[in-house]
Parts: sequence; C-alpha cells; structure tokens
Amino acid sequence: MSFVPPLSDFPILSREINGRKLAYLDSAASAQKPKQVLEAMTNFASTSYSNVHRGVHKLAAESTEAYEKARGTVAKFLNAKHTDEIILTHGGTEGLNLVSYSYLSPRISAGDEIVLTKMEHHSNIVPWHFLRERQGAKLKWVDVREDGSINAAAFGAAITPKTKLVAVTHMSNVLGTINPIKDIIAIAHAKGIPVVVDGCQGAVHEIVDVQDLDVDFYAIASHKLYGPTGIGALYAKRAHLKSMRPFNGGGEMIAEVAEDHVSYAEPPARFEAGTPPIIEAVGFAAALDYLTGLGRAAIKEHENALYAYARDAVRQFNWLRVIGEAEGKGAILSFEAEGMHAHDLATILDHEGVACRAGHHCAQVLMERFGLASTTRASFGLYSTRDDVDSLIAGLEKARKILT
Amino acid sequence: MDDSLRELYQEVILDHSRHPRHFGPLEHATHNGEGHNPLCGDRVKVHLIVDADNRIADIRFEGRGCAISQASASLMTDMVMGRTVAEAETLMGGFLDLVKGEEAAHLPEDDMDRLNVMAGVSAFPMRVKCATLAWHTMKSALEAGDAAKSE
Repeated sequence: MSFVPPLSDFPILSREINGRKLAYLDSAASAQKPKQVLEAMTNFASTSYSNVHRGVHKLAAESTEAYEKARGTVAKFLNAKHTDEIILTHGGTEGLNLVSYSYLSPRISAGDEIVLTKMEHHSNIVPWHFLRERQGAKLKWVDVREDGSINAAAFGAAITPKTKLVAVTHMSNVLGTINPIKDIIAIAHAKGIPVVVDGCQGAVHEIVDVQDLDVDFYAIASHKLYGPTGIGALYAKRAHLKSMRPFNGGGEMIAEVAEDHVSYAEPPARFEAGTPPIIEAVGFAAALDYLTGLGRAAIKEHENALYAYARDAVRQFNWLRVIGEAEGKGAILSFEAEGMHAHDLATILDHEGVACRAGHHCAQVLMERFGLASTTRASFGLYSTRDDVDSLIAGLEKARKILT
Repeated sequence: MDDSLRELYQEVILDHSRHPRHFGPLEHATHNGEGHNPLCGDRVKVHLIVDADNRIADIRFEGRGCAISQASASLMTDMVMGRTVAEAETLMGGFLDLVKGEEAAHLPEDDMDRLNVMAGVSAFPMRVKCATLAWHTMKSALEAGDAAKSE
C-alpha cells in the first residue's frame, strides 16, 4: 500500500510564499510540526502543567508522570533496554557535548586520539575540538570517498592504542549517506573503543535499535523528528552513565547539598539539572508516537521514492552536480550548480515558494574535502510530495535563466 | 518575473559579478583585510594602497561568493578608487543605509545613482550580509592596516 502524505496534519504547508504554495524542502534543517504535536503540547499546558519532580500536588504529579512517560516513549523509539538510559537534553548538540564533557574529558590525556569522519556536522566536531584545545587530544579524521560513502574498514586502520572514542554520524546532513554504523561499532568494540553516534538525521529516516547496534551513545534532536525545538535525547549505556560526572549543576540533579558537600542523583536525573523542557517533552513524545503510528518503514519508502524522483529529474541539467551519491543513501539532495552560487539560487527558489537550505550546512570540514564553499540542499520529509519536487525543478530552471 | 527579484538581479549586478572589476592580488598593498561570512562560508580579501595624502591609490579584491557579494565588492572598488579614506567611509555609511532600507545619509547625487543598483537588497534581509561583506572588510583593513580580519 502506498503512503499518502498526511498534508492536512501540517497547517503550515498550506501557507503561500510570494503567491505560490510553499514547497518546504528543508526538513533536514528542521521538520514542520503536525497538529497532533501542537495539540498535545497545548492540551498538556492547558490542563496538567507544573514543574516536575518537585512538590506533591496533583499537577506536579501529572506533569512528572507525563515527563517520565516521554522518556519511556523515547526509550521505546530507540529500543533502549532501560528507560533510565535516556537523558532528556536540550537538543542533539547538548547530547554530544554531554558525552564530551561528562564521559570523555575525565578519560583523555594529551596525545590521546578521537576518531571521527570528515562528514560530521559541527556539533559532532566542536565538542571534540574542545578536548583538543583544553587537554591536548588529537583528532583523527576518516576520509569520505568521492561518492560520499565511508569505508567501515578505515576505522580499523584509524584506531590505535591511543584512541579513546569513535564519533560518527548515522546519516550525513549534507550527503544523505547512511553510514554502516553497526560495522563501525563492531570494529571499534573489537578494539575496546566506545562509539558515539550523532543520530540527528539518522533517527529521522532509519529505524534505530540501540541494542542491536550495541552503540554506546546515540544523540537525537526532537525538532528534526517533527517535534518541538529545545529538547532532544541522549541514549547512553547504563554502565557509562554510572561512571560519568555531572554536566550542569543545579536543581533536580542532586542527592544532597550541604555547605561543604554535594552528592548527585543517579542517572538520568544527574544529567538533567534545572527545570527541564517539560511541555516540549510531551510534544517530543507525541511526535514519536505520530511517526510510529504512520509507520516508519512506509515513511522511509515514501521519502526514498521522492528522492529518486528528484534525482532523476535533475539529471536533465548538465550544469548541476549532485554531491553525495552513496548507495542506499537517504532523502537529501545536495548539489552545486555551475555559475550559480547557492545563496543566489536559494533566494530565487524562495521566490518560487521553494524553501531550500544554502550554505555549508555546519559541515565545513566536508565542504573543504569536496573543495566547495557551499551547496544547495533539498531535503525531504514525510509530507514532501512530487509537486514539491516539480516546484524545485521549475525554480532551478528559472534561476538558471536569471543568473547565467 | 517578480519585481523585487528583477531589481535584485538586475543586469548591472550580474555584469559586476560575472566580470568583477579590480579582481586579484595587489603588490605593495599598504592595507589588507580578510572578511568571512560564517553564514555561507564565503570569504573575501581586500587589498589597498593608501598614499601619503590618505588617498586610496589602488584597490583589489579576491575571493568567491554569491552574485550579490561579488557585485558589491566590484562596485565598491570602482567607487572608492582615488578617493580619500574619509570619503570612502562616508560612501560606506550611505551604502549600509541603502541596503538596510534606511534613509541613506546625504551623498552626492551621482554616488547615490551608482550605489542605487544595490538598493534591491533591502527587500531581502537575509542577503544584506552578502552585500556588506566587502565594505566591512575594506573598513577593517583601513582601520587595522595589514592583515585585518573581519567576521
């Protein structure tokens, strides 16, 4: 049965931009929110909201229950063995920074190595640069092949007795490449090295089973999963969490505070200082339920079919070069157009109602690798349609006429 | 085509961006600046020779960027060549006002006419930084002398 994009769930998609129907092809930057998510948040805030894990009143109990239920929903979405292996963060970036600060920093010394790939998003680069700057760690880069793929075996060669961690993205936000993370994890584990996976894109398009992957850390962001901004999650194996020092200090993360002494709560609370994004947690869970309800496999099939349609359509343009053609890649189309800078192109596309991302996509190491300053990127979501792709193609033709 | 788009990508702009004036390195430059637009990764370098009378005797720019940033840089080099540093700064003030859609500071009419080709940028707030990059880079070069950086 073919998947029909539930357009009526997304009120924003009926918006017009410059008199044209919006073609939102920027879901890899952030996905639009279905009304099921918006309503869940509004309903919760209108009926049950208060602070969590404090107070004994009815609303506190309901809010705490809703917040913890959201953690359970995330755990199920990633197939974590234990719900307490899920830290609710403020986004994907915080999850990766948490691993850097709380897990790796106490374990790394000058000359130790972190292995990562050239296709990482800045959020899976800069936290490791911190350890290079502050503690003398060394970054070792696994190269990306011309087609946008990486060779899992290259990790075997890059890992040395000095290696303390492997950091890799599940799916490239520029190339669309789905990396063989299960193989990479097996290779790293064979040498006793833990692996952190940036799942901000991967979890949107792939069905993730952290137990099957045997991954040590897996970070996701709600807003790319059709949920609200300001919240994400980090999956971490229980054994790691128990040994990790706290990240932020404040309320909720303590066991006891005295004038000369402080002790910390058990994970996951230890890593959730301060009032968490409670309403957002409810929205996040609603988004995951929404995706599960639609059928993850059906969504993926729909997106991939749309990518194939778009990829075929741009073949007619001999002035356009697609960046990232790895086998089995996901629904992201990045390209460079001869004689047209990505920003000029994106401005003209916007005038046609087509929302695309232009720039370096927070992946400057990758841009350098391919000798590019920027690309234009069309990324597809569950609500994307062939009409959107057709608008993109028409916009490209128009831009070509104007700019060259 | 939509009017605002036509104004943004008018022929003069496209001509400047395709055939940038005063493009390339400059030997014996007295002032150098490097600008970077972190939004898109574009970089521009501006080199100047400022003579004893504080006059811009020569100027070049290098780098790659969008049509707007290239055209703006090219137009800038055309317009400041031979002027004093103070005059160049006044021109820049007027230009910044213009692309932000604000009332431009009082400039001679023919300067305004030439700058006006960039006025279309004001309808595209996300592109103002593209248009101002080279100018800010020139300013930081003039202020700091050699090897200035501008973000």
